[in-house]
Amino acid sequence: MGAATALTGKQKVAWAAITVAVLVWALFPVISIMATSFKLPSDLNSGSFLPTTWTWSNYEQILGPDGSAQELFLSSLRNSIGISLIATAVSSVLATLAAYAIARLEFPGRKLILTTALGVSIFPVISIVTPLFNLWRSIGLYDTWAGLVIPYLSLTLPISIWTLTAFFRQIPWELEQAAQVDGATTWQAFRKAIIPLAAPGVFTTALIAFFIAWNDFVYGISLTSTEAARPVPAALAFFSGASQFEDPTGAISAAAVVVTIPVVVLVLLFQRQIVSGLTQGAVKG
Amino acid sequence: MASITLTDVVKKYGDGYPAVNGVSLDIKDGEFVILVGPSGCGKSTLLRMIVGLEDITSGELRIGDAVVNDKAPRDRHLAMVFQNYALYPHLTVFENIAFPLRLQKGKYTEEQIKDNVEFAADTLELREHLDRKPANLSGGQRQRVAMGRAIVRDAQAFLFDEPLSNLDAKLRGQMRTEIARMQRRLGTTTVYVTHDQTEAMTLGDRVAVLRKGELQQVASPRALYEQPVNLFVAGFIGSPPMNFVPGEVHGDTLRLPFADVPMSDALRERVNGRGLVIVGLRPEHVEDVRSLDESKVASGVTFEADVDVVEWLGSELYAYIPFDTHADVAQKLEELDRDLDGEGMRTQVVVALGSESRVRDGSHAELWFDPARLLVFDPESGENLTYDEEAAARVDAETEEDRRAAVERAQRDQKQSETAPRHRQAG
Ligand SMILES: Nc1ncnc2c1ncn2[C@@H]1O[C@H](COP(=O)(O)OP(=O)(O)OP(=O)(O)O)[C@@H](O)[C@H]1O
Ligand SMILES: [Mg+2]
Repeated sequence: MGAATALTGKQKVAWAAITVAVLVWALFPVISIMATSFKLPSDLNSGSFLPTTWTWSNYEQILGPDGSAQELFLSSLRNSIGISLIATAVSSVLATLAAYAIARLEFPGRKLILTTALGVSIFPVISIVTPLFNLWRSIGLYDTWAGLVIPYLSLTLPISIWTLTAFFRQIPWELEQAAQVDGATTWQAFRKAIIPLAAPGVFTTALIAFFIAWNDFVYGISLTSTEAARPVPAALAFFSGASQFEDPTGAISAAAVVVTIPVVVLVLLFQRQIVSGLTQGAVKG
Repeated sequence: MASITLTDVVKKYGDGYPAVNGVSLDIKDGEFVILVGPSGCGKSTLLRMIVGLEDITSGELRIGDAVVNDKAPRDRHLAMVFQNYALYPHLTVFENIAFPLRLQKGKYTEEQIKDNVEFAADTLELREHLDRKPANLSGGQRQRVAMGRAIVRDAQAFLFDEPLSNLDAKLRGQMRTEIARMQRRLGTTTVYVTHDQTEAMTLGDRVAVLRKGELQQVASPRALYEQPVNLFVAGFIGSPPMNFVPGEVHGDTLRLPFADVPMSDALRERVNGRGLVIVGLRPEHVEDVRSLDESKVASGVTFEADVDVVEWLGSELYAYIPFDTHADVAQKLEELDRDLDGEGMRTQVVVALGSESRVRDGSHAELWFDPARLLVFDPESGENLTYDEEAAARVDAETEEDRRAAVERAQRDQKQSETAPRHRQAG
């Protein structure tokens, strides 16, 4: 780093202060929930931030074999994982094909697809939930996995198509031809020159799509009624305390922590790919 | 290595526009041929047809003895360097160069690949960059990686599409000589697209000039310079470009805007009753009378002119002399200027004088030229009336001889410098 980019003492202090402020702002709720998840029910209203006695009882309640919320939580976790993965897979495949076509081929209606996608994505979810509820009930999709996968696609597809189109437009497609001249078959050229460049983008988009599906609440609560399809964010509302007079806050916090962990782990694991997927550029300097 | 033969090759794109129109070109084994022409004349299209990335609408393309019109690029065994290099950004320099070898499954062992890549890297001075990614290299280094990828396998021919256009002037000069040296040493048939004058004149054994998809002339650089077949070639080859002025024929004299020139019998015969011709005079063929001795002055035509602007370049001095053009040829010259990507109407003559000349802005100069060096063109067709086929053939033959000598010398030097035997070829 040259002298021009080195920070003065004052600037360093300022940057540190800003960083701390942002970190507190972003992490306080998470830490608060984590702290709550380790509290005893009796501790919930004590007013202290950290638990007075640390306990795993909340986690036992949702995960343990005798936990009161175990069945509810595990089935919803299974639903969440399954539905989100299916929605992500389907939307990644469809969006990749669509974006490839939009970025590479000349055909009438390219613009139309992009604008439609944008239109769909700005449509307020809450306004279609009621009609969808009625429709699903009459055609038998209510409270099924497919009944959630389909609306999730309407959330994940537009953004996936948009990000992937932008990404594919940047790929130097000439590489495919260069590879063919170098002696590759059409398929080899695609596999060895294009896929390695496209993969980070597809991966990043898939991750974003997964988070969107994973975090959904409105569809999850409106279009399900039983454990057959109810995802975690919706299921949290159905938790009950160990007894009728006990607050389920601790169990809800524990469940929230459990569903946050995969997101954090995924992001940490694939941080590099996400960043390179968002920044990898052309060859020419 | 192989010859490349094009016969009446036509390329029409989807909109029916003929980007390449009836090109016939015979490229000999080991020859270095340059394709030049203004932007959009179909150079890249022609090259891409040869390499197999564009379909050939009609005509025939042979590599060696085989017709390859319908062969996939990989079956043509040609190596190409793209204008923007097209390096694989996710692979290291080593893997980029090794890429064509790895595609030929089972043909090379890991050791042979390493050997060949290192040989190419040494040739191009890339040894210390083999582990780096293309994104971290300079423009010139990337260009060399692209060339390494081309020379690493034993391709039938090299195709270059303006490989130096992204480099700065100094590097361009270095790489130019590097390419020339490499081609002589490897003796591989090469087709090189450029619109750079210097590259066209210095690199090629022969230069093919294209205009709007049609081949104008194929000849050695010297023949193109001395014996252009038409206005277009004459205006395209040479820097600064040739001056074109109207010439009125009055009996035995040819009246130029600034001088009267006596016509020889041969010239009169060729002009053949035309009243108006276009006369071409190269800037470097005009000299300052004060720099010449008397006997030489007497052998040519002198004229006086008011100099408008002077550019002193160190080695040379360019003087610009305005003149009044003739309405009947003005349109033709304007059209020519547009074809040549010119920036305006040429109603001035440029002369290149020795740098010691005392001509300055606004001065009244006495200039001299040899009328035998004038080129005379038909104002309608643009055809060069003074074209001398025999002279052109003679110059071509001389160039061919020089080339052979150069190739022999380069390959002899190569053998001497090769100490250890290399296994360049797979078993
Ligand atoms: N894919 C295409 N579809 C339609 N027309 C095309 C296509 N590619 C090129 N052309 C046209 O063909 C003509 C020749 O193009 P080409 O790229 O071969 O020119 P060039 O001589 O290489 O020019 P430059 O020096 O600018 O690279 C141009 O008029 C161009 O508009
Ligand atoms: Mg081109």
